[in-house]
Amino acid sequence: MNGAGEKGRWGRTGSLLAKLGGWACFMWVVLPDWVWAAGEKATNLVVVADTRRLTGIMKYFANLYNTNTLLFAVWAVVLTALWGAILGFLMDFLMARTGLDLKSRKIVEH
Amino acid sequence: MDWLYLYMPVAGVTIFWPGLVLIGFSVGVLGGFFGMGGAWMVTPGLNILGFPMAFAIGTDMAHIAGKSMISTMRHSKFGNVDYKLGLIMVLGTFIGIEVGAQLVMYLERLGKVESIVRWVYVGFLALIGWMIFYDYYKARTKKKMGLGEGEKGTEGITWYKTLHRIKIQPVVYFKTAGFSCSMWLPISVSFMTGLLAGFLGIGGGLFRMPALVYLIGCPTHIAVGTDLFEVMISGLYGAFTYSMKGRIELVGVFVMLTGAAIGAQIGTVATKYAKGYGIRLAFGTCVVACMVSIILKEFKFTAISAALILCTIGLMSAYITVVMLKGAAEELREKKARQRAAAQAA
Repeated sequence: MNGAGEKGRWGRTGSLLAKLGGWACFMWVVLPDWVWAAGEKATNLVVVADTRRLTGIMKYFANLYNTNTLLFAVWAVVLTALWGAILGFLMDFLMARTGLDLKSRKIVEH
Repeated sequence: MDWLYLYMPVAGVTIFWPGLVLIGFSVGVLGGFFGMGGAWMVTPGLNILGFPMAFAIGTDMAHIAGKSMISTMRHSKFGNVDYKLGLIMVLGTFIGIEVGAQLVMYLERLGKVESIVRWVYVGFLALIGWMIFYDYYKARTKKKMGLGEGEKGTEGITWYKTLHRIKIQPVVYFKTAGFSCSMWLPISVSFMTGLLAGFLGIGGGLFRMPALVYLIGCPTHIAVGTDLFEVMISGLYGAFTYSMKGRIELVGVFVMLTGAAIGAQIGTVATKYAKGYGIRLAFGTCVVACMVSIILKEFKFTAISAALILCTIGLMSAYITVVMLKGAAEELREKKARQRAAAQAA
């Protein structure tokens, strides 16, 4: 009985967590303006990047900044995350060669 | 020496790139160690390097997202990230930020918002600073008297124990953090910290980390890791929304992130060799420095305020680097001694 009750309670918690996860995903996709909406209010900035002295990939991104803000924003997030992940894995690879134990630690408060 | 300067194609300025790497590195060290984004430290540094203010905040936000991702990966391997707790808190944070933002807009209509926001910021930083140092003082006094050795050692402030007794359903068990409490506790705490972050226009790590320790009851190391996970999510949002507004310089982000990748490793690994109270005290010192810099700014001592922030970053990252190097050297010495002993026994 106890086991079933426990299971039911965790089931309810799980379903609530799933709902919360759904809400979090919804917010992630639909409402990005919520975050960082306050304080330093970022109004749209009209700056035209000077593409005359640029070439290659720099020119592509500067052009994108001037013409397609949404795609530029998507690229900014994807590239930031990608560069972060690449550097993270690279540093992980290098740190693993130091001989330090990087998988366990003791939590000592004092 | 032209090679030391890099052209920023969107902002249209030429920047001394080693300066960007250095800022990224220092904030990476601090962020990895304290579990915060550190936007308050980066913006003055970028400004000094000649970065236009219009681009400083967005660039900083994107760099924080990438840096937090690197630190979260490392903390996750140590078992310092409670993803369940982090995801639950994201919900409260979002709603809180929106309410905070609406509050600011309301105050904007009334006027004088900047000054009110600054003084609220100062008030809360003073409160956090007091809380951290009082907690340390109380824990030391208790320890000297031989009182209160719990499973986490002697603790000063234990408000979370009272809050854990409120068992409003559903009660959730957080395996990594090692406690169960009503799900509404992290949601309401993150709502409050989110509200403050939205109201003040900051990332919120300065408030969330101590809130995780004192109100939710996370061990310090797990508070640092879980907070970084949240900073990563909100930083990616920030990067998107600031890019949409044309306020981001991607080249600057990548250069800073390269320095931050090294710094984040140092800061994160240093948590392994630091005691929880050591992290709390160093964090408290940063909070006080941040508070003093805001007061100086309010009274128009902008240059002194920026100098104070830069000195704090420099000294604190040097301290954390020393903690990491000392700890690592000791660990390697012990490892070698163990191997030698095993070889001799064989």
